[in-house]
Amino acid sequence: MADDYDDDDDGPEVVKRFMFVNRKAPYGSIYALESLEVVLISAAFDQDVSVVFMDDGVFQIKKGHDTDGINMKNFSKTYRALDGYDVEKLYVEAESLAARGLTEEDLIVDVEVLSSSALSDLMNSQDVVISA
Amino acid sequence: MKFGILVNEGPFTHQASDSAYLFAKAAIAKGHEVTRVFFYHDAVNNSNKHSAPQSDDRNLVKLWSELGTEHGVDLVVCVAAALRRGITDDLLAEGFNISGLGQLIEVGIEADRLVTFGD
Repeated sequence: MADDYDDDDDGPEVVKRFMFVNRKAPYGSIYALESLEVVLISAAFDQDVSVVFMDDGVFQIKKGHDTDGINMKNFSKTYRALDGYDVEKLYVEAESLAARGLTEEDLIVDVEVLSSSALSDLMNSQDVVISA
Repeated sequence: MKFGILVNEGPFTHQASDSAYLFAKAAIAKGHEVTRVFFYHDAVNNSNKHSAPQSDDRNLVKLWSELGTEHGVDLVVCVAAALRRGITDDLLAEGFNISGLGQLIEVGIEADRLVTFGD
């Protein structure tokens, strides 16, 4: 009946809220490095991306990484490149920073520090949460 | 409902792959759709056709292959993670294919829920 109606389904592209949650220290396991790769790829999909650092994940963006003695590639500079990929929403959990004796000044990127409960609200507002 | 699944841990050393498989099977049995399972980090080892557990143990690689072929579930192994761990096309069990991380983001966009299994 509506065959002559030209609805070719070219609706607006879907934009979902993606949150990547980093919870592990940068070099003791591969999660930090491989999770960062996912964030970089997600930038190509024009989604609403945010990145969270909590628990030992806050160490991923601590200043002064020196990996010479552990035979690992120092990838901390890549976090500074996120801005160039239009990934600008970086959040850090306040309690995780405090528990590790860190402050915002210890971090290599500009972040928004949120309380655990504020972060929880933000997490609840996401469509997709990918955590490692 | 349309599900996407992300598996982040290697088979046998960790429960994540078993739980992901059982979840996928249960979801399909309830009439849901599982469009894609994405294998990342050590989970890429779920695709290795040379995996040969003892005969009285579950064979996860075979179970995934059956799920993929019987229900049209796209079993995607991340290329960067796979190459890092020596998983190449010639090692893939039936039903698996190697592709990029874009496939993970894509299923996140297209599925109603993306469910992650891992630590």
